[in-house]
Amino acid sequence: MNILFFIRCFNGIVLREALRFIHQRERFFSALVRPLVWLGIFAAGFRSVLGVAIIPPYETYITYEVYIAPGLIAMIQLFNGMQSSLSMVYDREMGSMKTMLVSPVPRWFLILSKLLAGVLVSILQVYAFLLIASFWNIVPPISGYVTLLPALLFSGLMLGALGMFLSSAIKQLENFAGVMNFVIFPMFFASSALYPLWKIEETSEWLYYVCLYNPFTYAVEILRFSLYSEFNIEYSLGVIIFSIIFLTLAILGYDPSRGSIQKKGG
Amino acid sequence: MLALDVNDLSHYFGDFCALDKVKISIKPGDFTVLLGLNGAGKTTLYSLITRLYNNRTGLINIYGHNVRDNSIEALKHIGVVFQQPTLDLDLSIEENLQYHSALHGISKKEAKIRITNELERIGMLDKTKMKVRSLSGGQRRRVEIARSLIHKPKLLLLDEPTVGLDIGSRQLILDHVKNLCKKEKLAVLWATHLIDEIDKGEKVIIINKGKVLISGDVDKIINKARVKTIRDAFNKLVKI
Repeated sequence: MNILFFIRCFNGIVLREALRFIHQRERFFSALVRPLVWLGIFAAGFRSVLGVAIIPPYETYITYEVYIAPGLIAMIQLFNGMQSSLSMVYDREMGSMKTMLVSPVPRWFLILSKLLAGVLVSILQVYAFLLIASFWNIVPPISGYVTLLPALLFSGLMLGALGMFLSSAIKQLENFAGVMNFVIFPMFFASSALYPLWKIEETSEWLYYVCLYNPFTYAVEILRFSLYSEFNIEYSLGVIIFSIIFLTLAILGYDPSRGSIQKKGG
Repeated sequence: MLALDVNDLSHYFGDFCALDKVKISIKPGDFTVLLGLNGAGKTTLYSLITRLYNNRTGLINIYGHNVRDNSIEALKHIGVVFQQPTLDLDLSIEENLQYHSALHGISKKEAKIRITNELERIGMLDKTKMKVRSLSGGQRRRVEIARSLIHKPKLLLLDEPTVGLDIGSRQLILDHVKNLCKKEKLAVLWATHLIDEIDKGEKVIIINKGKVLISGDVDKIINKARVKTIRDAFNKLVKI
């Protein structure tokens, strides 16, 4: 088995994900509409309520729309990661995931390829969102569009791996909807996506610690810093550590000798 | 060398024993029918052979490669048609087969040649660009068989491939696989609960409640059971 074998396999998985994405245009639009609703309605309503002080990486006062943009980018990736995992639960129920799992390729490579394919799709969605967001005057420095890319890869990998781990532990499609509610919403709201951490600390100390150690906060913050071409080692390390944890759990979850798949007999 | 060698294989789901010390051997070119009622353990056996589940006991060898210790080499030799349809309905036949080829490391150019050959063989070359969703049940099954052969496996596993199909489609698929077996020395394990899919001279394994009750040629089983037909033998052995 040579490197060409792995490249072909990876390309095949990415191409399938891309084709599915193209065939499901509504998925693309709903992925865009969701953050735009937050930006156009929620942020407009809250801009007068919430004052945002000057905090890094911002060098001046910013509007609330500008503040929540990185959170909305992370939201796109969170939903995409969950959707990708949802499709894995669906594929498992429908049987099409078996095709992938019985191919002569190491499981970890299959999981990682599927994950990266999902991340690439989410990156397309993010740049489409940023294009539309420029009409709300959310315009980071030009270099920010470039430095955002590696941050998107890592944050996407972390959120996708979380979704994949959850999908390995869930047997039925119906259960996944519940987990979406218990994972997506608490993760999004208890983070720095909508309000700065210092503001939360002023209100509730325990909530501050929940937000501080929420993996989603780390994703939001590396995106925020990278949008302004700045690098924050603390948040970057956090994303890498959480990515490794979630990825390991996902790979173990789909490992036939350890995972939960065979215990369930399905 | 045996195409498939299963020895002393047991599998449990909690306290439930799904397979109990199963022993099966298949030679290259053998068409072997795995006959059992629904819930007999056929799908569990297939899941263990294809390493969807891990075998904790016993041994599974495919052309000498142990599925547990050397799964990648073992899986290279297997083509599988699962009981549940596994094609992506929103993709075309060609896209589905290209995806499968990529998972087996086959280049796009080579895959195109193989896809053309396989689809021609099942008489569906004119439908290459059609979405799977628009195909009939029988056509989908034929595409799945074509897909399972693209990487040129030496052992083909089919789990109830004709369930839910009309008589014409069933016969077409059965003839196609039996032909492959004769012409290409392909070893086939065909799981079914439909007794009329068995022809004279074929090898049969009767499985019930996770146990292999008997295996051998149709005539041998009939003689041993002291009945006139394989149907009677099956009914007598599983005590229907």
